[in-house]
Amino acid sequence: MAEEIKTLSSQLAQDPDSLVFLRLGELLRMKGQLDAAQRVAVTGLDRHPHLPDAHDLFARILADKHDYERAFDEWDMALRIAPDHVGALKGLAFLYFKVGDLAQAAAHLEAAQRVAPADASIAQALAMARGGESPPSPTAPEGEGEPVALPASDAPTERAPPPPPRPPGAAQPLEEARVFAGLEGAQEGLLLLDAAGRVLGGALKDPGGKDVTDAVAAYLAGVSQEAARTAKLLALGRWTGVAAEGNGGHVHLTAPTGDALLLVVRDRAVPMGRLAIIAQRAAVAARRWLEKHA
Amino acid sequence: MTTAPANYTRALDLVTRVRGVRGAMLVSADDGIIVAEQLMEGIKGPAVAALAASLATRLRRAMEAAGVGASLFWHLQAEQGALLVVPTAGGTLVVAVAEPDVNVGLVRLELLRAGEVVG
Repeated sequence: MAEEIKTLSSQLAQDPDSLVFLRLGELLRMKGQLDAAQRVAVTGLDRHPHLPDAHDLFARILADKHDYERAFDEWDMALRIAPDHVGALKGLAFLYFKVGDLAQAAAHLEAAQRVAPADASIAQALAMARGGESPPSPTAPEGEGEPVALPASDAPTERAPPPPPRPPGAAQPLEEARVFAGLEGAQEGLLLLDAAGRVLGGALKDPGGKDVTDAVAAYLAGVSQEAARTAKLLALGRWTGVAAEGNGGHVHLTAPTGDALLLVVRDRAVPMGRLAIIAQRAAVAARRWLEKHA
Repeated sequence: MTTAPANYTRALDLVTRVRGVRGAMLVSADDGIIVAEQLMEGIKGPAVAALAASLATRLRRAMEAAGVGASLFWHLQAEQGALLVVPTAGGTLVVAVAEPDVNVGLVRLELLRAGEVVG
C-alpha cells in the first residue's frame, strides 16, 4: 500500500488535475492517515467540485473522523449531483441509522438496491437495518469484499462523539447486536477486527478516555497473517495468541476465527494470565457473533 | 552460527540455557536482520527475524496508540511452541524460540536480562 501511495502521490504532483486523488485519498484513509487523506480530498474537491466520488471520498474521511454532520453534508451533496450514487446512499443510510431513523436508513438502502440490484452487500445491509442492526460502515472501501457490519450500539456510543439528536420515537439499536454485550470492558478495552484491520465491534479508549479505536485498528491490520506465517516458519502449528506487556498496560490478541482478530487491553493491574482468560471469553462471544452475522 | 561480540554471546547464553528454549536471536528491530544467533538446526532464522521485527513494529505502534506505552515483552503463542521477544532500548529485539511447555516466566526474565546485556 505504501508503494502505491508513493506512486499515486508522484502522479498527482505531476498532474494535479488527475483523478488519482480519489484512490490516493482512499488509501490514506484506509491507512488511518486521515489528515493527509483530508488534504488530498479537499484539494481534489477544489479542482473537481462537481465530482460525486470526490464528495463521497471526503464524506468517508469525515465519517472516520467522527465528524458526522459534515459527512452528511458531503454525501448529501454527492446525491444532489448524482442521485443514484450508491456510496452516498449507503453512507446516508448508515448515518440515518446512527440517529435511530431506521425508516430513512432502509429507504436509502432500498434506493441503492434499485441502482445496484446485483450488489449482495446492499441486500444484506437492508436486512440488517430492518432487523435493527447497523447497516454497513460507510467507510468500508467499495468493491473490497463484504461490507463491515458494525454492531449497532457500538457505533454511536463508543466510536463516535455524541450522535445528533434522536428523533422522537426513533428505535434504539438492539443491545443483542453488540459483539461483547455483557463482557467486562466492552466499551473501552475490547476490539474485534477483520483481516484488513476494519473494526467489526467493540471499542478502545486510552487511559485518558480518548477513543483510539481506529488508530489501533490500523496498526493491527495484517498482524493475524504475520503471526500465522511466523508460526508456520517455526513449525509451531496454529498460533493461538499474542500476549504483550507494556509500560502502562497489557494486551492480548487472538484470532476467534481464521480472518478476524480480537484485541483485549487492560491496565497493568490485570495479570497477563487473567487477560488470557478474558480474551478467551471474548473470543467465544466474538465467534458466536461472527457466525450469526456471517 | 554468527560470530558475535562477547556480550552478544553472553546474552544469548542466558536465554538458551533455559530448558525448553530451542534457540535465541538478536535482531535489529528496524530492519529485521539478525545481529547474532544461537538457533537449532532447521530454524529459518532470517525469515523468522524479519517477521518478528515486523510484528514487533506493529505491536509497538498499536500499544502506543492504545496508550499502554511501548512493549516490554511479547509472546506469540502457538500449538507447538512459542516465540518470545523483548525489545531493548537500543533498538534490538532479543528473541527466543521455545517448546510449548517452556516456563514462560523464566524465559521472560532471562530475555530481560539479556536485553540489559545487549543494551
